[in-house]
This record gives sequence, structure tokens and C-alpha cells, in this order.
Amino acid sequence: MTDAKVRISNLYKIFGKAPQKVLPLVRDGLSKTDLLEQHNHVLGIQNVSLDIPEKRIQVVMGLSGSGKSTLIRHINRLIEPTAGEILIDGEDVLSMSDSQLQDLRRFKASMVFQKFGLLPHRRIIENVAYGLVVQGKSAAQCDKQARHWIDRVGLSGYEDHYPAQLSGGMQQRVGLARALATDAEILLMDEAFSALDPLIRYDMQSILLELQNELHKTIIFITHDLDEALRLGDNIAILRDGAMVQQGDAQQIVLKPADDYIRDFIKDINRGRVIRLGSLATGQPPEQGAPLSGDTLLEDALTQLVDAPDQRLAVANKEGRLIGAVTLKDALQAMRS
Amino acid sequence: MDFFMEFPSLSRAELASLRRSIDGAFRDFTRSWAETLESFFNPLLRFLVWFENLLLATPWPVILIVIGGLCFAGARSWKITAASVLAFVTIGYFGMWEDTMSTLAIISVATFLCIAIGIPLGIVMARSDRMQAAITPVLDVMQTIPSFVYLIPVVMLLGIGKVPGLIAVCIYAIPPIVRLTNLGIRLVDKDILEAADAFGASPRQKLWGVQVPLALPNIFAGVNQTIMMALAMVVIASMIGVQGLGVPVLRAISNQYLALGVMNGLAIVALAIIFDRVSQTYGKRLQAHRKGHGHD
Ligand SMILES: Nc1ncnc2c1ncn2[C@@H]1O[C@H](COP(=O)(O)OP(=O)(O)OP(=O)(O)O)[C@@H](O)[C@H]1O
Ligand SMILES: [Mg+2]
Repeated sequence: MTDAKVRISNLYKIFGKAPQKVLPLVRDGLSKTDLLEQHNHVLGIQNVSLDIPEKRIQVVMGLSGSGKSTLIRHINRLIEPTAGEILIDGEDVLSMSDSQLQDLRRFKASMVFQKFGLLPHRRIIENVAYGLVVQGKSAAQCDKQARHWIDRVGLSGYEDHYPAQLSGGMQQRVGLARALATDAEILLMDEAFSALDPLIRYDMQSILLELQNELHKTIIFITHDLDEALRLGDNIAILRDGAMVQQGDAQQIVLKPADDYIRDFIKDINRGRVIRLGSLATGQPPEQGAPLSGDTLLEDALTQLVDAPDQRLAVANKEGRLIGAVTLKDALQAMRS
Repeated sequence: MDFFMEFPSLSRAELASLRRSIDGAFRDFTRSWAETLESFFNPLLRFLVWFENLLLATPWPVILIVIGGLCFAGARSWKITAASVLAFVTIGYFGMWEDTMSTLAIISVATFLCIAIGIPLGIVMARSDRMQAAITPVLDVMQTIPSFVYLIPVVMLLGIGKVPGLIAVCIYAIPPIVRLTNLGIRLVDKDILEAADAFGASPRQKLWGVQVPLALPNIFAGVNQTIMMALAMVVIASMIGVQGLGVPVLRAISNQYLALGVMNGLAIVALAIIFDRVSQTYGKRLQAHRKGHGHD
């Protein structure tokens, strides 16, 4: 992939007094527990490489302590790596000077936080305008843009409230508006919705998807929730103990889990809402019956399969060419296993 | 056996010569530097004198109105305002108006000086652990050393008068504001600072836009304590020539005038309570937005 917006290569992060000293041991395969017990260093990230494509949502998933926050903070260099390389639009983030880095954070990559990170002493409109003020925009421009984004996240009328007067979900909309207001192409979201209760969280996901449909940002979205990952992620990367275990789109992960850790992750999900017909199509497509699109979710195809002759239907790809057939039995089996 | 019964110490003659040489050195220092220092502090002296004269020359009703106005602006409470004005009326009625104005002048100037020096010092301390390690012991000494001890070199250098009194008050009163500014900035929520970092805020933007505003409640507690400690020094300052409520107290001590001592003492207490209430309610009002569903 040459069109990666953000490219992370062979990234290592070790927390402790002398990370460079223990780095060779980690490269040779010393485990996180052994590193902590024998050398009193914490392994944050080990040998992670990830190409993040432009204008898509890249989800990074993993259990608590797996290094998700550490990883995302390397992208705008809130954390310095122990070894490795980070490129944004082909530019080396690690060799940036202080002022280049400041510009990266001001104009190119903005961030949404799990705990919101709003300024409690400033009104909502001032919070949303924060990035713009830091950029040095004129007061009139800050005000105009801030109002626009407050409106876009559905908070019109709350401009003059203080953060503490808003509910959690509303506060995170402020966080989202603040990040969008700077017009950055890259949006870093560290468990942005994890602190919200399920219904509000679902709403926020919808807002994000809706905005993304129109804005086409490059979004890196951290979560420990598989449903959220499957709903939002064009691509999903899974971390364990700081290492990348698997990456791919939702179907690839559900159909071919790399190991038991991931199998454990996906065991409770509704596979019918993830797997699409295209991945099951095999053999000679039948003559009769209109073909279904390969993008159709299994769950949505079931009724048509039941009604089809021989309970078997042709599947076509995006261009309309037939790529094979799926039987009801195949579909049910894929949903079960 | 003798060795254990008596602490091995310098002989009397040695000690005397040691003290003499220190005193001599300091006296030489005084001789060569006193004038420079005096001219350095001259603007301060003139300001203090001007302010005191202003307070004394202004008709008392005007002062009462200004005090009432300031109290209301700070506390936004009719109760506190009325009580403050009443306290001043009582003070004046019992013949302590002029001394109170003098005390008010020196306390205001001392507080202003402490804020002007203390807050920047606290900020410097908060930004570097080494500065903190260097300044903390100095503050400890300033707070614990008996004030009479540092009065000696101050008086030797600058003689008796308002400026040495002011300096003595400031030495005693400045530590809380430095400490609480430092503490307040260090206690600012790391998550909020990280957010400012993530949006590319420069160190200056972080300091004035995030750290200082969020540290304000603590800084304000520091100002409050500084005022209280300055008031506590009023009597000692009057020993080296500062006019005000301390002078009659001193006179009362040496002549055993109970009523005079108590009256002036109570006047100092009244000033302390007014300053405290007004600055505390003001501080609370500053952070009203944190409370949540209150409105503005
Ligand atoms: N500043 C630090 N010093 C030492 N260890 C750290 C530091 N920050 C993170 N770690 C360690 O690095 C590992 C990864 O932490 P990280 O916060 O990235 O996990 P996470 O996946 O974001 O977890 P969570 O879901 O709880 O937020 C953990 O073992 C953590 O203890
Ligand atoms: Mg985290």
C-alpha cells in the first residue's frame, strides 16, 4: 500500500528508566511479563506496523492495557517512541522540529478523548473554538466556525453553557465539535465513546458515521468494544500486550480469526450482521433468479434464500458480474460457526 | 570525664571574635550598600507615603462608600457589605480611623507586592522540579524563623521606617502565595493539559489559557492567607516605625493600658475578617462554573 495516510512501521515503546538498554531483549522476544519482572520496564508497544488508508475509519481494538492509548498518542507524538518510524503523508513525524510538530497538531491531526478533556472554565463556544484560537484565527472567524460545528453536532442553544452543566454525551459532542472545528484531515479518537451509556454511545456512533459520510476524514478510532469496532471500522487492528495480533476488515477477522484471543473476542457477536454474501459465493451460479449483490449481509439475504429455487441464489460483484452462488445451508452454517 | 560532662564548644573569646567579624563584615556591607538600596526602594516608599496620605486626606464618607463598593464588587453580598461598613463606622467612632487608614495602606501595598513577586515565583517553581527543590527550603525558613531575627539585618541596612517594615511584612507574608500558586498549577488535571497539547498549544498558551486559570482557586487561597499573615505582622512592624494600629498596641503593652490594647486589637481582627470574607466569597464566585447545574 503506497497510499497510506499514516504509516506506522516497527514501532516499539518501552516505559522505564533505560528503555534503550532493554530494547534488544524485547526485539529478541522477551515477553511483557518477563520484562516487568526481570528488568522493571513496562512494554507498551512491540513491533507494531500499520498502514492507515486515507479517508477511512481505522479501528484499533484490544483489552485494557493492550497499548491502544499508547499507540494512538504516537501518531501526534504526545508519546515518544523507543524505536520505529511514523510517517504522515510521507513525512517523518519523529524528525519534526517543535514548531513543525505544533503545526501538525494544530492543522493536521486533532483528537477526541475518553474523558472529554474540556476546559471547565470556558463556555461551550470557547471550548469548541479552542483549536482555532490556538491556530491564531481572528475572533470573528473562531466564533463563526465554532457556531457552525456546535450546530453540526446538535448543540445549538448551549453555546454559553459551561461543560459541567452538560451531560456526558453532550460533553463528548463538544469534544467532537472541537476536534472537527480545526479542519484537520486526521481525527484521533481514544475510546471517545467508552464513557457513555449504551444508547448515547449508539447515537454518537451514528453522528460520527453521518459526519464521516460527508467529511471523509482519516479517522483512527480506539475502542475495546467489538460491536463498536464492527459498526464503525472500515479496517480493524487488534492489539494484545502491545503487539499487533491481526488486522483486516470486519469479515476477515470474523471468518479467519488469527488465534484464540481473537476467537474469544468474536464469539458472542451476530455474525449475520458482519459476513457478506461475496465471501461465501462458490461454484456455478444458477441460471434462474435475480442475482444478489456480494455486499449483502447474510442476515438480509436469508428471506430471499428461503424463497429461491433450490434455496440457492447467484451472487454478483460490484460491477454486476456473477461470481458464484450461495445456498441457504452455506449461509446458516457461516452464521453459526 | 570532663569531656563528656561539658559540650566541646568554641571558647568564649573565639565566639566573640567570630560574632565580631560577622557583624563587622555586615556593617561594612551596610556602609557601602545602604545608599544604593535606599534609592532602590525610594519609589516604593514614595508610593506607600502617597497612598497613606491619600487615604488620610480623603473625607471619611468617601472612604466608607469606596469600601462598601469594593466589598460588594468582591462578595456580591449585602450582608458582608453592610457588616464591613458597620465595622469601619465603629472603628472610626472609637477614634481609630487614622491608624486604621495607615494599616490599610501598608497591608494593601504589602499584599500587592507579595502578589507581584509571589505569583511569578510560584509559576517558575511549578515549571521546574529543580526550582521547586531550591525555593521550598527558603520558604520554609521564611515562615519559621522568628521575625525579630530578620528585623535586625533589615533595620541595620535600611534603618527604622516604613520600607523596612514593609519588607519585614512581605518576608513573613509571601510564602503562602508562592506555595499555593505552585501547588495550584501542579494540580491541574493532566487530561486537560494533554488536550491542550494535542491541539498544539504553545507553552505560553498552556500557561495563561489553561494552567493559571485552573489554578486560580488555589492562587486565591494563597492571596487570602497572605493578607491574613500581613495583618498578623502589624504589631511587629510598628516596632520598627510603621504607623498604624500596631503603635497603640505597643503603647498599651508597655503602659499596661488594657482597654487601648483590646480596642486596637479588635480593630485588626475586624480588618482581617473583612478581608477574609470578601476574598473568600470572591474566590468561590470565580469557580462557580465548576459546580455544574448552577446558572450564571
Ligand atoms: N506513562 C507510563 N508509564 C509506565 N507505563 C505505562 C505508561 N503509560 C502506559 N503504560 C503501560 O503501558 C501499557 C499500555 O497502556 P495503555 O494505556 O496504552 O493501554 P490501553 O490499551 O489504552 O488500556 P485502556 O483500555 O485501559 O485505556 C499498560 O501496561 C500500561 O500500564
Ligand atoms: Mg486507553
